[in-house]
Amino acid sequence: MSRRSHSVLPGFRLALGFTLLYLLLVVLIPLSTLFWKSASLGPAGLWAAVTAPRVVASYELTFGASLVAAAINGVFGLVVTWVLVRYRFPGRRLMDALVDLPFALPTAVAGIALTTLYAPNGWLGAPLERLGIKAAFTPLGVTLALVFIGLPFVVRTLQPVLESLDPEVEEAAASLGATRLQTVARVVLPALLPAWLTGVALAFARALGEYGSVVFIAGNMPMKTEITPLIIITKLEQYDYAGATAIAAVTLVASFTILLAINRLQSWSARLGMAE
Amino acid sequence: MAAAAPPVATRTRHVARATSEPLLVKVVLTATALAFLAVFLLVPLAAVFVEALAKGWAAYAAALAEPMALSALELTLVTAAVAVPLNLVFGIAAAWAVTKFEFPGKNVLVTLIDLPFGVSPVISGMVFILLFGRQGILGPWTEAHGLKLVFSVPGLILATIFVTFPFVARELIPLMQAEGTEEEEAARVLGASGWQIFRRVTLPNIKWGLLYGVILCNARAMGEFGAVSVVSGHIRGRTNTLPLHVEILYNEYNFQAAFAVASLLTFLALVTLAAKTLVEWREAGSRSTPNGENSDVD
Repeated sequence: MSRRSHSVLPGFRLALGFTLLYLLLVVLIPLSTLFWKSASLGPAGLWAAVTAPRVVASYELTFGASLVAAAINGVFGLVVTWVLVRYRFPGRRLMDALVDLPFALPTAVAGIALTTLYAPNGWLGAPLERLGIKAAFTPLGVTLALVFIGLPFVVRTLQPVLESLDPEVEEAAASLGATRLQTVARVVLPALLPAWLTGVALAFARALGEYGSVVFIAGNMPMKTEITPLIIITKLEQYDYAGATAIAAVTLVASFTILLAINRLQSWSARLGMAE
Repeated sequence: MAAAAPPVATRTRHVARATSEPLLVKVVLTATALAFLAVFLLVPLAAVFVEALAKGWAAYAAALAEPMALSALELTLVTAAVAVPLNLVFGIAAAWAVTKFEFPGKNVLVTLIDLPFGVSPVISGMVFILLFGRQGILGPWTEAHGLKLVFSVPGLILATIFVTFPFVARELIPLMQAEGTEEEEAARVLGASGWQIFRRVTLPNIKWGLLYGVILCNARAMGEFGAVSVVSGHIRGRTNTLPLHVEILYNEYNFQAAFAVASLLTFLALVTLAAKTLVEWREAGSRSTPNGENSDVD
């Protein structure tokens, strides 16, 4: 109260009032229905709904595929960022702009494009089929779609940090006799670690809730390739609102836990930046 | 002097070698990165257009001119035309309150604004069914008053507003935080009104970030699938947006038409990426020109 009165700028009450009202109406009230509705099941019903074998199988697929996809993006995202920031080659700016495609492309479009590509007669599915690998309608297909969706998170979180690294630090390491490998492993990569972890965690959190790009390529066989968001939709279509809500609450708690961890990571990396 | 030169040159070369990778490593890393980007980004992008034109331009045009496709396009435009301006006004108000004033609970507010990003699209749609569906909390009441808010156009718009809620605010808050309040305070002391301060002082500083936020918000509003899929009810010609129309065509094995409609959305995505790149260049340009902050003031 007292600090605010120091400001000479107008519009505080109006701006904050509108912000809070809009936030309440559009986000907070709708989200609160989730907990209200799942509470109506009672503890026993809630437990039964979230631990049904078909639901547990979907958690395993969704968490497993999301984790593998985030790991793949962790490795290749680092290589892509390194190349985009440090090297000069024709087409670099185009590739840099294209990294955001998974953010901009509607998920349904990504879903049908990936399914067509990895189908047994598709451009990439046919060669894989000859190697005896089935991609579409298997957990591998789910993972591939999640790699697509998570790609920009790792690159876009790492990129500004790598760009702002002071070259003098690397020069200092080199002139003190470090080999290039030592400089990268002991000086550059540790400085990137918090941002890298943040990017991987963001990709993982996004993958957990992803629906549009996965639902086409998954094949949606119960117990095998059925993702958790699809189970929620199926239950809604059967008017099992309480069951759908209970599973949604599990998903939501999982992704909020990850986002909280990301928040911690970011304050860690801010402190790291301050110390240098 | 000539005798002293070689050691210096050698040392420079040693440092150069130790601050960048050998050529072979560079080539291998670049090839790996490009192959990864090609397989995961370029090939799917190309597939959309190849499949869309698989039966020639006439079939492509026919798929787009079909009445159901046109009504889906219209609904998509209407949805974005409502959702984007509302979230734009919210984004500006939220950023103004958060960055120009100090108040308790500010960090909590900023976290809450980001909340919809952490919610699965399916859940984002579902909460509106829990609220306004026939068995929902407010559903019986709204239905008694003749309001049908789910499986209808208003439901689609509500779900779209929810998923695109943070875009503009999230773009503006760090930008306006970095700008500080001194310029606005100076304008206030010189007698400018609130609206004048915003239009003449704040807006020129944030216009590119604002534009970028609106572009992202619009792309997501037009392309959202999961959330609208849950609330739409899939009534053909009435509650089908373009992404939902793509799904229906695809599930009917009408692949060519599905990809033709998808190519429209892909085109929108490419325009979004181009606009983003342009905005970034403008931003970098205005930052590097001397007295860049003054050149915008008329």
